[in-house]
Amino acid sequence: MDFLNTHLLSLILFIPSIAALVTLFLPKENLKLLRWFVLGASLVPLALTLYLWSKFNPDLPGFQFDQSYIWYPAIHSSLHLGVDGLSLTMVLLTTLLTPLAILASFNTTDRVKAYMMLFLFLETGMLGVFMALDLLIFFVFWEIGLVPMYFLINQWGSANKDYASLKFIIYTMGGSLGLLLGIQLLGVLFGTFDLPRLYQAWNSLTEGTLLGMPVSTVKAVAFWGFVIAFAIKVPIWPFHTWLPDAHTEAPTAGSMILAGVLLKLGAYGFLRLVLPLYPDQARIFAGALALLATAAIIFGAFGSYGQSDFKRLVAYSSVNHMGFVVLGIAAAGLAHGTEDAHIALNGAILQMFNHGLSAAGMFFLVGVIYERTHTRNLEDFGGLFPLVPIYGGILLFTSMASLGLPGLNGFVSEFLVVRGAYPLLTPYTALSMLGLLFTGAYILKGIKKVLHGPVNERWAHGEHKLTEINPREIIVMAPLMALILVIGVWPAWILNVINKAVVMLF
Amino acid sequence: MQFPFLSVIVFTPIAASLLILLMPAHKKNLVRSIALGAAAIDLVLSLWVYISYLTQGMAGYQFIEWYQWLPALGINLAFGVDGMSAPLVLLTGVVMFTGVLISWGEENHGVSAGIQDRPREFFAFLFILASGVFGVFVSLDLFMLFFFYEMAVFPMYLLIAIWGWIQTREYAAMKLTLYLFIGSVVSLVGALAMYWTSYQNTGVLTFDMLQLEQAGFSQTFQNIWFLPVFLGFAVLGGIWPFHNWSPDGHVAAPTAVSMFHAGVLMKLGAFAALRVGIMLLPAGAKQWAWLIIILATVNVVYGAFIAFVQTDFKYVIGFSSVSHMGLVAMGFATLSREGMLGAGVQMFSHGVMTALFFAVVGMVYDRAHTRHIPDLGGFVKIMPWAAIGFIIGGFVSMGMPGFSGFVAEFPIFMGVWKAQWLIAVISIISIVITACYVLLVVRRVFFGKMPEKLEGHITPITALDKIAILPLCLLIIGIGLFPRIMVPMVQTGVDNILRLLGAS
Repeated sequence: MDFLNTHLLSLILFIPSIAALVTLFLPKENLKLLRWFVLGASLVPLALTLYLWSKFNPDLPGFQFDQSYIWYPAIHSSLHLGVDGLSLTMVLLTTLLTPLAILASFNTTDRVKAYMMLFLFLETGMLGVFMALDLLIFFVFWEIGLVPMYFLINQWGSANKDYASLKFIIYTMGGSLGLLLGIQLLGVLFGTFDLPRLYQAWNSLTEGTLLGMPVSTVKAVAFWGFVIAFAIKVPIWPFHTWLPDAHTEAPTAGSMILAGVLLKLGAYGFLRLVLPLYPDQARIFAGALALLATAAIIFGAFGSYGQSDFKRLVAYSSVNHMGFVVLGIAAAGLAHGTEDAHIALNGAILQMFNHGLSAAGMFFLVGVIYERTHTRNLEDFGGLFPLVPIYGGILLFTSMASLGLPGLNGFVSEFLVVRGAYPLLTPYTALSMLGLLFTGAYILKGIKKVLHGPVNERWAHGEHKLTEINPREIIVMAPLMALILVIGVWPAWILNVINKAVVMLF
Repeated sequence: MQFPFLSVIVFTPIAASLLILLMPAHKKNLVRSIALGAAAIDLVLSLWVYISYLTQGMAGYQFIEWYQWLPALGINLAFGVDGMSAPLVLLTGVVMFTGVLISWGEENHGVSAGIQDRPREFFAFLFILASGVFGVFVSLDLFMLFFFYEMAVFPMYLLIAIWGWIQTREYAAMKLTLYLFIGSVVSLVGALAMYWTSYQNTGVLTFDMLQLEQAGFSQTFQNIWFLPVFLGFAVLGGIWPFHNWSPDGHVAAPTAVSMFHAGVLMKLGAFAALRVGIMLLPAGAKQWAWLIIILATVNVVYGAFIAFVQTDFKYVIGFSSVSHMGLVAMGFATLSREGMLGAGVQMFSHGVMTALFFAVVGMVYDRAHTRHIPDLGGFVKIMPWAAIGFIIGGFVSMGMPGFSGFVAEFPIFMGVWKAQWLIAVISIISIVITACYVLLVVRRVFFGKMPEKLEGHITPITALDKIAILPLCLLIIGIGLFPRIMVPMVQTGVDNILRLLGAS
């Protein structure tokens, strides 16, 4: 038990990778064994995370379950792990969505072994980012996570996968160059990559010259280097164009993880690195960030409304929803330490979690119907509700969460963001709320085109007759729906953890 | 007395080469077995040297051996390894062993993989080359260093001209040899200048590099001679604008020779430029570092762009070597701890990675008989091991964390930040360009649909090929995940260089 407590984070982090290596030696013909083994292996980190959640004390400041291992002493980087309320929430999201994504891919028959291994490696990559307390380790996991996702899209994606996967990885790697340069600069300046120490050292450096320029100029440039790297990942308008392609071409489970967790990496980068390392720059440039966030909310909604492909519609909705996260972050940057900022940040972090649930659910539901009909074109559907009432109900429920219906989770977080940001960034927030109107419009459009209207006879009879959602698929949706409802009616259990972290951090 | 590890390592290949020449030409498998046995001996011994250097926390020159050779002129056969050269000795051992496996070339389902034409002579020449390479890495005597250097370059000519790609082999062999000889002659002049000046300064005739380090060369002398010596050797390291021989040479050479050539020989140039140029003339190095770093930046960025536009599979890798060896020169030229450290690791990492690349390119070419990328595709289904090996090499190449390339490149860039931040900003773009061409090549060659022309004609790779791929992959992943299996020893070597730089 003692071993478990002291090594909890590294166990959660590396069990997926170890399981992936074990998977390598399983026979590749035995699909049943592969699937159940990988599912079982991915449930272990979830169980450990729940244990972690129960042991975590939200009242303590700083990082808990701190662990440090030697990694690269020559440049003063170590494998330093730790969690606070912010990262804990994200770790829970990751370990929750990964088993669901694996369960969702039980129907895959193409090279199952490699596919499942990539998912497990991906989980390690994502968890590493959330747990890292060393800037270089953060970057290491940040980049490592790209590789499995690239291959998942490139090998198991649909028609345009080559273009989409290359665009995804080059956008993200190219965007990370500024981040990489910034990390090198910090490492060279302070001789350490340890985050808690860098927070102090970098922030105490306010005057004088650096590299022959005033410190404030260097900091402003470095700030944008970081921001662009994370903005591409979130993605914020106008850096979002990789996202609809990647989402649309990725296999269903890949889209679930991509929307559910990978986008959060970018937002997490803002919270973990940008706000603490650049408080002054965040205040100066908060208006610009808020402008981009508002653009993401509005254009994301418009973009979504204009789609005729069901999956692209859901993909653009991510741009729209993640815009609220960035709006909250911009508000927090503007008014560091005020109550409004705390409310906005609470909303932003909860929105990250909520969007993870609802976007993963939506992508899965799109996948369910695509698998049966082999089309994603909204015009090909219509009137499916009477044919598949259970599916229809689930789709309606998840869409409403996405729309922000009070009583479901989306409402809580978006309300908090808007409530916090309104006094600080009034015009942007007002515009964003108009954007919410269009959120309603595209979601209702999606529902109408798929579920209502005249029945498309093609799916009603004969060989194409639409089959109802099966028990495995319901099991995938059940935890998501339960959490959506629970957070909607009783958000205190999670907001308690988030709020205490926010108050201590910002 | 201690077992003479280094001289056994250096002279085993040449002894094996003589033994091979005594065998009858038609007993091809006997020849191959002797070659493999000799390569295995060298691999085990170099691994032994490496591991004992690392685990015993050694520093400075170790495993020193010293024999008189021509005392009247101050020439001795002096061997020793330090933290910089021990990884390179291991690298040579690994590449030699895997190179022999790749060239085994037994008739196999009608695939003419490996070397079937006169394997006796091929292995004999290859092993003379290997002896020369080992000799350079372990020599502590400047004369001997040149001796082994030329010994490594000369067989290259024959290996390419006889067993190379028929269309360009004569041109490439001639070009390569002329470039390298001219470079080494220029360096040799510098070395003789050092020899005489040290005699004037100290009254002792010696080629011993440890004594030459103390010879007290004047600033003017170092300013004049640093560039010829450094660049003369750096020609073999592929430094721009003298890199032109290298892609042509890589492409024309047979697979095992390309592996040796890019994997080890280019390190020979970089290593000699460091050992003779920077370590013997540190004040000159400080004077000219700015120029070297600019040339290296051109290497890194320009090499990456040129690699991007190639349509010949082997030329892509050839130019990527130019780009990556630029990082080595760049690391040296920062003259800082991080930069040198990264350059030391990069020499090893690039050696393993590029050996892996060329091995896989060879496997593909032997079966498809074309290297034109648009004519290839879908190889992953038939040779998954080769595809995975190439992908892993690709990640090293693009500096992906978790692989040795990141462990090497990150400190180099930190060093560059200390020297001139603008260079770091400019050269970092090469990372994205590299990612582009690596991913595109992987996709076009290994994935997608196999062209109809090739369908049914491609056979799987042999067990020996797999045995060759495995250790190369494990090495680069191992260093990527656990840098401490290499970094501490390189650091001792760097400390020594910094001591010389600080004293000047």
